[in-house]
Amino acid sequence: MTAVNWLKRNLVVIAGLLTLAYLLLPNVVVTVFSFNQPKGRFNYEWQEFSTAAWRDPCGVSGLCGSLGISLQIAFWATVGATLLGTMIAFALVRYRFRARGAVNSLIFLPMAMPEVVMAASLLTLFLNLGAQLGFWTILIAHIMFCLSFVVTAVKARVMSMDPRLEQAAQDLYAGPLQTFLRVTLPIAAPGIAAGAMLAFALSFDDFIITNFNAGSTVTFPMFVWGSAQRGTPVQINVIGTAMFVVAVLLVLVSMAIGNRRKKHKA
Amino acid sequence: MTNDTGGDVRLSGISKHYGSFTAVHPLDLTVPQGSFFALLGASGCGKTTTLRMIAGLEEPSGGTVHLGEQDVTVLPPYKRPVNTVFQSYALFPHLDIFENIAFGLRRRGIKSVKKQVDDMLDLVQLGEHARKKPHQLSGGQQQRVAVARALINHPRVLLLDEPLGALDLKLRRQMQLELKRIQTEVGITFVHVTHDQEEAMTMADTVAVMNAGRVEQLGSPSDLYENPRTTFVANFLGTSNFIAAEVDSTSGDDVVLKAGGGKLTLPAARCSAPATTGGKVLAGVRPEKISLTHADDAGGIPAGRNRISGRIAGSSFIGVSTQYVVDSPVCPEFEVYAQNVDRDERLVPGADVVLHWNPAHTFGLDAAQDIDAGIQEEAAS
Repeated sequence: MTAVNWLKRNLVVIAGLLTLAYLLLPNVVVTVFSFNQPKGRFNYEWQEFSTAAWRDPCGVSGLCGSLGISLQIAFWATVGATLLGTMIAFALVRYRFRARGAVNSLIFLPMAMPEVVMAASLLTLFLNLGAQLGFWTILIAHIMFCLSFVVTAVKARVMSMDPRLEQAAQDLYAGPLQTFLRVTLPIAAPGIAAGAMLAFALSFDDFIITNFNAGSTVTFPMFVWGSAQRGTPVQINVIGTAMFVVAVLLVLVSMAIGNRRKKHKA
Repeated sequence: MTNDTGGDVRLSGISKHYGSFTAVHPLDLTVPQGSFFALLGASGCGKTTTLRMIAGLEEPSGGTVHLGEQDVTVLPPYKRPVNTVFQSYALFPHLDIFENIAFGLRRRGIKSVKKQVDDMLDLVQLGEHARKKPHQLSGGQQQRVAVARALINHPRVLLLDEPLGALDLKLRRQMQLELKRIQTEVGITFVHVTHDQEEAMTMADTVAVMNAGRVEQLGSPSDLYENPRTTFVANFLGTSNFIAAEVDSTSGDDVVLKAGGGKLTLPAARCSAPATTGGKVLAGVRPEKISLTHADDAGGIPAGRNRISGRIAGSSFIGVSTQYVVDSPVCPEFEVYAQNVDRDERLVPGADVVLHWNPAHTFGLDAAQDIDAGIQEEAAS
């Protein structure tokens, strides 16, 4: 009876913990196996603890090169998609123009389109245009599919902004540029940041569209896929774990800053 | 922006159309420097549009706006020496109270803002809240921040757009007095937009009553109340009783009216309708000006007072006064407010009474207008 009561009282906590475990288990596996010393070429069975891969993350030829290309593409795709997406979002929310409704729906199409179809079509397009496949075709494709997500994230934020705030700024001697920099941008910033983070994550681990349009360029996801045919180096897990740690650190830092501000205010 | 102290706000023929809808008909208005001016009207009457045209947030379709001698009609808002207290305040949520108030000074390149901001925080009694964010303050405090943020720039005119609309009744009364105090203290011209007639009358030196994009009447609160020139003003500011009458004769400074079987007198100066014999006039009188006497005592009413007879249809006791509704042949629902000084126990529904009042309290309006204009609007607000 007491056990049943205990279960009742802690049901929510237990469900929460189980879900969290479900969510994080793959990450744990990635991390654990980054310390493995596999026999043979495949890192699928636990053998013994080793930090060899951590000491030599670029030890596999081509890995760090592909990582660099992926980071570069993700960075520029984020910059491009965030800039364009923010402008589109403002235009859609703040201005009334012809075909606004149509644009509003069209923005979502790339999200709805099956990625593999999109990838093949993009390749057709690039080939017909006579474009040289590589870094630039990947970047163009990534900006394209990141845009929808940035627009969605920023639009939600801009819609909740009171246009009177900008009028108040103008009323208080701020010209158009000052109004944008001092009022509009800071208030829209959380939405823009969310959009940018989404764009970075999407671009960094995109495989399908990239694979179709990369030519001879190899990004990190393509490298992992390619090496998986012949064997999986532990270094892949090292890179994955490192990325995960960086993300967690970013979240912790932003939370700490938020907490300090709250304390400061109170 | 204190370099030029000269000036009234002068609107000449200013108008605003949205497509085929005319929000403000060509309008001439002068707000004297240093006055507390109210634009009063129901929602959609064009008062806020007029205010926004002074601020520069709305471009006039025609006409000009002058501040003193300066034509500011085409100046963008950030170049006009006026500031606005917005409806629902529009405080910057990402800045603290201090930075909200300092915003205008900083944009004009003033570096040392601390002293001025601190003084302003004291003026609105928010000194200890300087480092809080707007959402941490109550409605009344936010309202004061909005006032401080505008006033610190020493605008030539402070524009207030329904600044007290979001506050509850008690706080609103308090803030009315507070704003009046601040205006007296800083001596800046205030133009206040409101739909609350009591608020306009409490605070303003001059009130412009607006209806459907036009100014119906302009004057001091007591002038508007005592001497309305349209049924809209008579009904929108307080309550009025109207008797449909006909001009019988004019004698000296008085106009004598025929209503039902009786005669009513009013000063010619208070009759805004043409006093030609046989002309139709609406004779108006405020409910609190009327005395109520039981029909049995009618002999004791002094001569020379306007009087009509009727029967009490209903009464409600509300503490300081009793409000009666009297049915009379000349006016179906006559409202009478009687102070509860000496209550006559016979004045109950069904009793026959005589209503009488000083002829000087009667006003005459042109009968060719809607007798109920302005009633709905006030009830809706």
